[in-house]
Amino acid sequence: MVADFLLAAAGFVLATVAVGLVRILWGPGDDDRIMAAQLLGTGGIAVLLLLGQVVSLPAAVDVALILALLAAFVSVAFVRGTTRSETDRA
Amino acid sequence: MAFDTGLAVLVLGVAVWTLAAHDTFAAVIGFVTYGLLLALVWVRLAAPDVALTEAAIGSGVTGGLLLGASTRLRRAEIQAAGEKPGATLRFAAVVLCTLVSAGLAAIVLLLPEPAPTLAPQAAASMAATGLGNPVTAVLMAYRAIDTLLETVVLLLALVGIWSLAPDGVWGGFPGRRHQADSEGVLTFVAQLLVPIGILVGIYIFWVGSVAPGGEFQGATILAAMWILVMMAGLVDAPPVSRRWLRLLLIAGPAVFFAIGLAGFAIAGAFLAYPVDYAKLLIVTIEIPVTLSIAATLALLVAGPPERAPK
Amino acid sequence: MNLAFNGLTVVAVSAGAFFFMAGTVGLLRFPDALSRVHALTKADNLGLGLVVLGLLFQVEGPFAALKLISVWLLTLLAGATVTQLIARTARLGTSPF
Repeated sequence: MVADFLLAAAGFVLATVAVGLVRILWGPGDDDRIMAAQLLGTGGIAVLLLLGQVVSLPAAVDVALILALLAAFVSVAFVRGTTRSETDRA
Repeated sequence: MAFDTGLAVLVLGVAVWTLAAHDTFAAVIGFVTYGLLLALVWVRLAAPDVALTEAAIGSGVTGGLLLGASTRLRRAEIQAAGEKPGATLRFAAVVLCTLVSAGLAAIVLLLPEPAPTLAPQAAASMAATGLGNPVTAVLMAYRAIDTLLETVVLLLALVGIWSLAPDGVWGGFPGRRHQADSEGVLTFVAQLLVPIGILVGIYIFWVGSVAPGGEFQGATILAAMWILVMMAGLVDAPPVSRRWLRLLLIAGPAVFFAIGLAGFAIAGAFLAYPVDYAKLLIVTIEIPVTLSIAATLALLVAGPPERAPK
Repeated sequence: MNLAFNGLTVVAVSAGAFFFMAGTVGLLRFPDALSRVHALTKADNLGLGLVVLGLLFQVEGPFAALKLISVWLLTLLAGATVTQLIARTARLGTSPF
């Protein structure tokens, strides 16, 4: 019963965060796209933790751990990528 | 059921958007998002090892690689926009992709019940290798030669990238020098997050023998942390002609190959392990392979040399 | 006891999901990039935090609980610093480096 609720919650979080993906479509600037990707990353972590509990897969927490680290890495790379040429010297 | 359908629709939607995106940067963001959603799909299919690899390599490091490429191409993108392939070529590509997808879908849907699998035999023979994770047993014992060839392929890719350097900067520093901002947020991130990341990378590598994880996933996290430190400007990328760097890169495949050859003498075939020492040999292979792959992946993302060596 | 734990889980996870929704609504509806970043951090901080709190009542063993908390702390750290970077880029319009 709790498992059903957790699965429903996972679906709800995924749906909400997916709606945020619209920012990737519209986002007038690249920053908005980066923000939407970041939101999806955090939502993905929440969904993973919930799913892991529902299907009794403790490794899902490890996947969430990796996702957290790599979301940070990719976001830093994105921010660097939008502003690369001004201050770096070859 | 509704969750699965929603996830599938989301994956398809993001894929279509990535293909239709107008500029490369937006497409790369779409690609990283796609990889993240695929990791969710793999967890839903109860394949955590694949999910770890997808999140780490498929989404994270490949995203960094594509981003570097997109940034380098930014100046050329305007010229490239005028050279788009013609309608016939694009139509042919659509037809080919549709045929391949339909073929794959047919194979999956027409699998006999129960689907043919070697999983029970793989799990049954695990005791001889001393491992607790059947995926690692397949990667490091039953199909160890595939893993050895993968490490060599990564090295070849790196050599290919290095060969793109112009003559003047041959053997020099990859990428541009990033300025370190001593009060900046990026320095703070690098100083706080990277030690934690290294710890997590070592943990994921070590736990791979009994739970989902392993050397590729752990090495990818270590590589991402090194790239982060380089992006923050705290450390400069080493010039690619340095001997210690080259030794580090070949250490993994070399040890793997040496233990494989020793298998002839000890256990009768290439990459065969004697039963009592199997786990020890596997760990002896895994440690240098993890370090080599971490270095290789980080250097792949750093790119070809752009500054002359001193 | 089990019932109490399950009830707490339901309450906490629902609250967490609510904050995720709030974060998304903020991302879509707020007028400019800086206020959108502000909404984003609510999802990171409270949304994930409440979900983790809810799941703490369901896991067995201190190690699993510790892992859940460390996932939350790591996301907090990464999210806080990355949103700083995004905000500077949005505000200055050029590289903050």
